[in-house]
Amino acid sequence: MEIVFLIFILVLSIFLGFELISKVPATLHTPLMSGANAISGITLAGAFLAAGMVDSEMGKYLGTAAVAFATINVVGGYMVTDRMLGMFKSKKAGGK
Amino acid sequence: MNIELLANLSYIVSAALFIFGLKMLGSPATARRGNMFSSLGMLIAVVAGLTAEGIVSYEYIAGGMVIGTIIGALAARLVGMTSMPEMVALFNGSGGAASLLVGWATLYGGSIETFTAVTILLAILIGGLTFTGSLIAYAKLAEVMNSAAIVFKGQRLVNSLLLAGIVYAAYMFCLDPQADSQWLYITLGLALLLGVMAVIPIGGADMPVVISLLNSYSGIAACAAGFAINNNILIVAGSLVGASGIILTNIMCKAMNRSLANVLFSGFGAVKQGKAIEGEVKPVSVEDAYYLFEAASNVCFVPGYGMAVAQAQHVVKELGEILEANGCEVSYAIHPVAGRMPGHMNVLLAEADVPYEQLVEMDDINPRIENVDIAVVIGANDVVNPSAREDEDSPIYGMPIINVDQARTVFVLKRSMASGFSGVDNPLFFGENTRMLFGDAKESISGVISEFG
Repeated sequence: MEIVFLIFILVLSIFLGFELISKVPATLHTPLMSGANAISGITLAGAFLAAGMVDSEMGKYLGTAAVAFATINVVGGYMVTDRMLGMFKSKKAGGK
Repeated sequence: MNIELLANLSYIVSAALFIFGLKMLGSPATARRGNMFSSLGMLIAVVAGLTAEGIVSYEYIAGGMVIGTIIGALAARLVGMTSMPEMVALFNGSGGAASLLVGWATLYGGSIETFTAVTILLAILIGGLTFTGSLIAYAKLAEVMNSAAIVFKGQRLVNSLLLAGIVYAAYMFCLDPQADSQWLYITLGLALLLGVMAVIPIGGADMPVVISLLNSYSGIAACAAGFAINNNILIVAGSLVGASGIILTNIMCKAMNRSLANVLFSGFGAVKQGKAIEGEVKPVSVEDAYYLFEAASNVCFVPGYGMAVAQAQHVVKELGEILEANGCEVSYAIHPVAGRMPGHMNVLLAEADVPYEQLVEMDDINPRIENVDIAVVIGANDVVNPSAREDEDSPIYGMPIINVDQARTVFVLKRSMASGFSGVDNPLFFGENTRMLFGDAKESISGVISEFG
């Protein structure tokens, strides 16, 4: 039952994703990609479990590496997206 | 209240924030706040993740986070807008690597059911091929390696064998899922190899498709990792990213009038050559260009990757402002596959302070292109090549283009007469209303600006 429940979430999220993202204008496709990169850093939440386990040295090392990689995505992704979006200025907003 | 329930409730909040953030990315006016919402969602998910049961040692986590933060923050600060595609390629790769490692580490967590073993394997497989595929994409974009397609005889056979090998190894692993199983290492090795093999036959001009696709894979890998560790938020966030990558891939393929399979499996160009083009190229001097600009009332810039290479976006914007002050209507028409990743040109022009209202899409400019006095093509080639419309033998026939040849006058800024990325000749250069402005794009435009003086 657990599996069915997870697949249920998966299917709904995919539909939602398609709906949301087809509304993003072409102008913002690069920030969309880097923002998506940041979101895929959500693996971090899973990496914690692995890195914090005590029973296996190897598992811990793998988990720590996973934490590092995922953090790169989260921190780098959000920062660079913000930097880019800060550049998009409207004419009215004194975008001279 | 029990901690696990609290963590799951926080996940709901962060999922909502991700969705809200993506929704606000629908307009440049709200996009920045959307990104804030999304990062707030991430913060909540991370804090909730830290409280999960079973975490006893925080030193390793802290160590990993410090390393990741330093690398990520430095990369995000230092990267130039021109090299954004390389950066995104690397981020895709690190997302893939993270999912791979989470899947792998989960194997050390005790006994595993078959379903979990399958999802772990998927995380390792997709994560692994995203990782190496992205590294190759990076190397091609950064021109560390030759960006041309690498094709050899029997490539498909090799790849099919590789795929069969993966399926077999994966099956053997699932029969007896152990962390030290040799089949695990074989699968991992083959997946890493597959990533390399999948990206080398793809040429530089097709990079926008590959980056989008790898972006999607990194999301799918996160999804698989979510199944492996039974975590909702990974599944939700992963599938949002997966969907985003697929949509972008689809847009890119349409913009090149090619199927995904065609992009992935065949090197571009070499197949057949279109008609030879005859005609006369009409060069124009900077002074003459100035007189035409001075008299124009509607100017449209069409940028391509060449503009990024010449770093001409700032002078282009300066010229745009002068023209506007002169009572001229100025717009920037951007083809979906201009540049090396979706939206690349938009970011470069935004960096140069071009207001986003002036950035128009191909479908908006084409119906009114006849009213454009001067279309200025800067470092673009294939995306304005009329053969795509007229010459059925041309390799790019059928690709939607910006119809600059229908503008009253076309200026093409170009270093020399070499053909574009795809190696296809461009009849635009020989057109009746085309004037070639040879030389470095930045210098030519600066020249026109100083004429306005």
